[in-house]
Amino acid sequence: MSRLTSRLDAKKVNSELLTLTYGALVSQMLKETESTDDVNKHLERIGYNMGVRLIEDFLARTSSNRCLEMRETADKIQQAFRLYLNMQPTVTSWSSSGDEFSLVWDQCPLSEWVEIPNNGLKYCALIPGAIRGALQMVQLEVQCWFVQDQLKGDAVTELRVKYIKRLEDAVPAGED
Amino acid sequence: MVIYGVYIVSKSGGLIYNYDHNIPKVETEKTFGFPLDIKLQYENKKVVVVFGQRDGINVGHMLLSVNGSTVTGCTTEDGRDVFDIIASKENYPLSLKFGRPRATTNEKIVLASMFYPLFALASQLSPVPKCSGIEILTADTFKLACFQTLTGVKFIVVTDPNMQGTDVFLKRIYELYSDYALKNPFYSLEMPIRCELFDTSLHTLLELVEKSGTANL
Repeated sequence: MSRLTSRLDAKKVNSELLTLTYGALVSQMLKETESTDDVNKHLERIGYNMGVRLIEDFLARTSSNRCLEMRETADKIQQAFRLYLNMQPTVTSWSSSGDEFSLVWDQCPLSEWVEIPNNGLKYCALIPGAIRGALQMVQLEVQCWFVQDQLKGDAVTELRVKYIKRLEDAVPAGED
Repeated sequence: MVIYGVYIVSKSGGLIYNYDHNIPKVETEKTFGFPLDIKLQYENKKVVVVFGQRDGINVGHMLLSVNGSTVTGCTTEDGRDVFDIIASKENYPLSLKFGRPRATTNEKIVLASMFYPLFALASQLSPVPKCSGIEILTADTFKLACFQTLTGVKFIVVTDPNMQGTDVFLKRIYELYSDYALKNPFYSLEMPIRCELFDTSLHTLLELVEKSGTANL
């Protein structure tokens, strides 16, 4: 593991670079796109496309096993947040059936220094997209949406993740 | 440590990357008198030795050239049929070059898609549930090691039968794949990998493993 961590350290960048790049992307999209809904949708799609690639990186770095239960999945997502955004969201509000949980955070590098116009923009829509894409590649279909958003005046940002189904036909041989 | 090849098979069973690493070249040229004492046959678009192994020309080797002119299919460069040349006495002495046939890219694609159901079959044949499928396949001249990721991509290396630590080696290739292929925005998923950076870093890894083994990966 020591080799892995040293490899990670070597690639660390200042989070402000990410914040500013992401901010530039969103504001450019707002300028070029008619409706805010479209921007939200596009951001989600970009996130999805990142997620389907990022999952391989996550698996290669952490050598995780397959999750057979939502709590493990929540742990892994939390780990991914730490790995890629250097933040530690709390996992809370489990539904009684154990298939739905919330990720809560009060500080996110993406939305640092941001004050959004009041037009229904979901500034961090990239994150739920990435979670959906990544989990789809490991044959889990989930739904992901914001319940609370600090940028809209809530105390914390809360992202809800809901298990939909396991994509049985996509499960690779030897895993079913 | 000898590594013969690296293959990557996509989730849907298509070969998306293949690399041959120093496969020994076996070629023998020899002058023959009439009648030819080696039995040749036309098989799979190749003229192949079927009987009469001698002087380094083995059964299974293919005819590469006749008097220096390259053979494609069963005709020489000037369009003459190989079997006609061999049959007529006035063409002798005849210099023939034989060598081990190399798998073409098409054949490799076929082999990769054949490995896919074999892998699935192995996991279904398992007497115990949750079997991983083929991880190591050993023969007298090589060892094939396969690693399937959670997303279903298979990484395969063909090595010397004595090679140790293939699992670590395969993990390293996975890391290279996730870094240099997937993070390339112009690489689309499930498509053949044509990324120069991936090639070069894989070659560096192969050299390292050949020189000093997998112990310090």
